[in-house]
Amino acid sequence: MSKPKKMTLSRKHNLTGWVFLMPGALLILLMSFVPMFRALLLSFKTGVGAAMKSCGILNYTRMFQDTVFIQSIKNTFFYLIIQVPIMLIFALILASILNNKNLKFKGLFRTMIFLPCATSLVAYAVIFRSLFANNGIINLLLVKLGILNQPYAFLTNVWSARIVIIIALLWRWTGYNMVFYLSGLQNIEYSIYEAAKIDGASAVQTFFRITVPLLKPTILLTAIMSTNGTLQLFDESVNLTDGGPANASITMSHYIYNMSFKYVPNFGYAAAMSFLILILVAILAFLQMKVGDKRD
Amino acid sequence: MTKAKVRSFFMYVFLIIVSFISVFPLYWMVSAATNKSAEVISGRLIPGTYFAENLKNLLANQNVGGAFVNSVKYSVILTLVSLVVSSLAGYGFEIYHDKVKDAVMSVILLAMMVPFVATMIPLFQMFSTAGWLNTTIGFILPTISTPFLIMMFRQSARSFPHDIMEAARIDGLSEIRIFFQMFIPTMRSTYAAAMTITFMNAWNSYLWPKVIMTDATSQTMPMVVANLTQGYVTDYGMLMLAVLICTLPTAIVFFCLQNAFAEGITGAVK
Repeated sequence: MSKPKKMTLSRKHNLTGWVFLMPGALLILLMSFVPMFRALLLSFKTGVGAAMKSCGILNYTRMFQDTVFIQSIKNTFFYLIIQVPIMLIFALILASILNNKNLKFKGLFRTMIFLPCATSLVAYAVIFRSLFANNGIINLLLVKLGILNQPYAFLTNVWSARIVIIIALLWRWTGYNMVFYLSGLQNIEYSIYEAAKIDGASAVQTFFRITVPLLKPTILLTAIMSTNGTLQLFDESVNLTDGGPANASITMSHYIYNMSFKYVPNFGYAAAMSFLILILVAILAFLQMKVGDKRD
Repeated sequence: MTKAKVRSFFMYVFLIIVSFISVFPLYWMVSAATNKSAEVISGRLIPGTYFAENLKNLLANQNVGGAFVNSVKYSVILTLVSLVVSSLAGYGFEIYHDKVKDAVMSVILLAMMVPFVATMIPLFQMFSTAGWLNTTIGFILPTISTPFLIMMFRQSARSFPHDIMEAARIDGLSEIRIFFQMFIPTMRSTYAAAMTITFMNAWNSYLWPKVIMTDATSQTMPMVVANLTQGYVTDYGMLMLAVLICTLPTAIVFFCLQNAFAEGITGAVK
């Protein structure tokens, strides 16, 4: 008697589960996977609106002759390769200093270093644009200190514009990653550090032999997130340097936006470029996970 | 002993320098917002008395009030809807889990890898056909359900005591009421973390509103700030006041709920 009743109850629960998760799952299907698939179809078409026609792989071959797009890939990878490692190492060092039990004002330091995360991406991009402007405070300071004779146009020179973007990114995201490491370090028994100290391990040794290996999963996660975020960089490129001078600091997302909504819209070509980013994100995440696995 | 003292001295110096660099741009923003542009350019770093004048200029220049109201409306509605939908999904995935649901969950996690630019153009086309440009639904729909939040609530549902559920069922509570009356109050800290992170992301989002908010009257705060940088001559006092207004809500959330926010960004990891 009780057996069939139980069966129906578990079937009812199974169904309840589907009802609960359906709105969320459907939205992800409709807002992520469906558009992604449509972008793929779109990437083989050319033209505007209803007059779009198939063009084979033309959009994909065009990409590799588009000097601005190639420049945007180079820029994005430049930001990725320079900024992400510096930021993660810096965040790791800060987190291991702040994890020190005897440190005073720990909470205050943490709050101050974490504070940049309270600003929106547009807001901090505009702040840095103003700080590094020709009449900005950085130039004023450098001239007053006698390091420069006259203000340097940070945002309109090719390399300095790129470096200002990197400085801004470091400022905004180092504290963010530090929080991940701090939370990871809390799971490591503090007695391990005390034992290492008694055994005479130096701070550098403790860092490389204990902190880094034990935090490896967190480091992997932050590396994947930062890579993902950097490949999609948009707000900073638009609001800090406006991609300039002459597209020298433009990112891939910024160029795709321009191609879709700023210039004469070319949705097909923009979709093809966005698909390349998708593939790059997937490849890099895969590689990082492989590397992460190997060191086990 | 002295060696350790020297080392800790350098540690503090290092931390003070890093903290200074972290705080200075924000301090400069606040100070610039209260000074005349000419004074900002001349390097004045002390808060001044030009705040009201900057505010007057800003209000004359941009529809800040409207944009602020829009941003509040979009962000609050998105946060509320997103919390309900995502937590319900995370709960459903964990409490009633079986092989099929676990497989669906791993497909959903793949969506994390999809860059927004790859979905932006088809979304724009779909939304303009549906007549959702310049609407709240247009703003919120793509980010109501996120893999990150679902994963976070799925993790937290793992610690929801099974005994309580069984007891509630015996008492005749329906499944949906168990969720609303027992799960939500128990998981208050997870909800606080999810709320801070969702609100911050909603308030700060820029690319998507820039795509669909084509009317000046539907613009958000970050868009207004970006508009102000377009002219040839920058009024720094006015610009930094706009940045300050744009930063204020997230800064308040940050200071009130710092730990929840830290938990929010690291939330799905544990």
